[in-house]
Amino acid sequence: MPEPILSGWGHAPLVAAREVRSEDLPAAARGMPLTRGLGRSYGDSSLPAPRDHAVAGATLADRILAFDPETGLLRAEAGLSLSEIYRLFLPRNWFVPVTPGTQFVTLGGMVAADVHGGNHHRDGCFGAHVTRLRMQVADGRVLECSRELEPELFRATLGGMGLTGHILEVEFRMARISSPWLWGEAEQVRGIGPFYDALGRAAADWPFTKGWIDCVSRGKNLGRGIMYRARWATPAEAPPRLPKHKKGFSIPFFLPSWVLNRASARLYNGFRYRTNRPKPRIVHPDEFFYPLDGMRHWNRLFGRPGFTQWQCVVPHANGLRTITRALELVNKRGFASPVCVIKDCGPEGEGLLSFPKLGISIAIDVPVRSWTRPLIDDLNELILAEGGRIYLAKDAFSRPEHFQKMEPRLAEWQAIRRRWDPQGRFRSAQSVRLLGDQP
Amino acid sequence: MKVAMKVAILGATKGMGRALARRFAERGDSLFLMGRDGDDLERSARDLEVRGAKAPGMVQHAACDLERPEGFGAALDAAQAALGGLDAVVVTAGLFATQEALESDAELARRVLTVDFANTVVFCEEARKRLLARGGGTLCVFSSVAGERGRKPVVLYGAAKAGLSQYLEGLDHKFRAQGLKTICVKPGFVRTSMTEGLKVPPFAGEPDAVAARVLAAVDRGTPVVYAPGIWALVMFAIRMLPRFVMRKIGF
Repeated sequence: MPEPILSGWGHAPLVAAREVRSEDLPAAARGMPLTRGLGRSYGDSSLPAPRDHAVAGATLADRILAFDPETGLLRAEAGLSLSEIYRLFLPRNWFVPVTPGTQFVTLGGMVAADVHGGNHHRDGCFGAHVTRLRMQVADGRVLECSRELEPELFRATLGGMGLTGHILEVEFRMARISSPWLWGEAEQVRGIGPFYDALGRAAADWPFTKGWIDCVSRGKNLGRGIMYRARWATPAEAPPRLPKHKKGFSIPFFLPSWVLNRASARLYNGFRYRTNRPKPRIVHPDEFFYPLDGMRHWNRLFGRPGFTQWQCVVPHANGLRTITRALELVNKRGFASPVCVIKDCGPEGEGLLSFPKLGISIAIDVPVRSWTRPLIDDLNELILAEGGRIYLAKDAFSRPEHFQKMEPRLAEWQAIRRRWDPQGRFRSAQSVRLLGDQP
Repeated sequence: MKVAMKVAILGATKGMGRALARRFAERGDSLFLMGRDGDDLERSARDLEVRGAKAPGMVQHAACDLERPEGFGAALDAAQAALGGLDAVVVTAGLFATQEALESDAELARRVLTVDFANTVVFCEEARKRLLARGGGTLCVFSSVAGERGRKPVVLYGAAKAGLSQYLEGLDHKFRAQGLKTICVKPGFVRTSMTEGLKVPPFAGEPDAVAARVLAAVDRGTPVVYAPGIWALVMFAIRMLPRFVMRKIGF
């Protein structure tokens, strides 16, 4: 029997390894170097290190253990997916306090990557709403951690990419919403400069803001796009019916890699830019939060070689100049796919390796080609000089020296990690590549 | 609008049983759980309570192990008492092992044969008596496509499941007129922890899709359900194959 192949969402890299799943996650995780959720991180975050051949899979450990409809406190096993939470709780006027751009993630993954969303400027990362974690640490003990119990382990685990121990259960506070619908508007923005200003202006009035940018156009169109703003609709505005869960369609196979090129990306981007509906209206939560989830297996659009995402955050001081140069660089060295997002981040949270900090963030999906690695090197050097950093959950190509220079908190995180895992049992392909873990 | 059912499930903590219990809970049916591990049952009960907001109330549970037939009656009585009646009994529990494992371990083979055939039948008999005493109901039991025909990869497991399917058919013929509907579920390959690590064949299904089909069968009283549905065709083809072909192929 040939070894099964594991990969992240970007299909690069691919490794020969198994995922061992069980409803009994503590049993499946015992002795494993890492737990994997739904595998939506793009690169090698959820893949085993070169000499490990298996990771634990959390997705069958998906029970809700408690929900208090008074306080919104929810406790569940770490493999519970956001799509289940969404399906079960949206009709009851509850929603997760922070959602990433896909619902196909597990709670454990949301903690490990300390995900952020369109409300980061207001509500911070998911970790800010987590009250307690149950973990299996390196010596095999199962324990609870929180801001009061083992606070160091707790802080190191928020955004710690699953490298501090197996996350078994997550307790967090859900957000009460005024209706299961959003009220939102979408505005054409003519360039990267206006975009920067528009995000800043909207932050004061809107809980959810984000922008789609056309990363392929050049010259004066560089960084044009659509700015999305939304808030939960009031009961009076909301339609009486519940938002229907649309199944969407599936990309049935890998498209040939030539289908996605500069011309096709430009064609699509121009179409999307021009067909925008600017009128304020009721918006389906799927449409605002998860526009790509409607197309299952959309990662196959990039073809067999796969793709990666480069997501960075750069402090405001030189933010505009830096991301403008980043976009120019992408256009010069290769090309970006139509999947590009711009978002302003609020202050850094408590998670010791969490990605967001005060500044501007862009995320650009690029196909894996011969120019991809050198492009990412150049982009990383560009933001390194400006005090920026990258998001580990998206990364597959960064160099360790770059990442280590971007992350002043790394030493503190490593020290805590060593205390909890002196033998270095927990590791991933990414931690070996970037953090100096033993291969 | 259908009236909510009172359902006792043996094996609701894992796999297809978990998915099916959730479907019952989410549409407002009352549940009682039976299984081996008390802590595990407790966790599943909490999960089902949160999901079953339409039928507020505690989901209770009792210990019941298919290897200990002496406890069957008590567990079903506890279910009846807790639910204040009983409309359906569902059995998704069972033991599985690969043919290689069963051939090399006689004790394991004895356990699988006992649990999947003899003890499941004994459990069903206890359930049958109680359901008939109430004027009928539904007995929904998970057998397997492995019991459709003698095949190389499932000689022993398939034999137990064949016996079980045969029993369920007989039961349905004998008691349907008295109001007892027997439903024999024959899952094909479904991706659960039971099949974790096995080579995934074509037409493999997901537990939730199986649960949706089984729920519809429970409502309609369909006596035999293949899940996913494509397995009805696959197994029809396999039943039609002549012996000399079956002897050659490895499936």
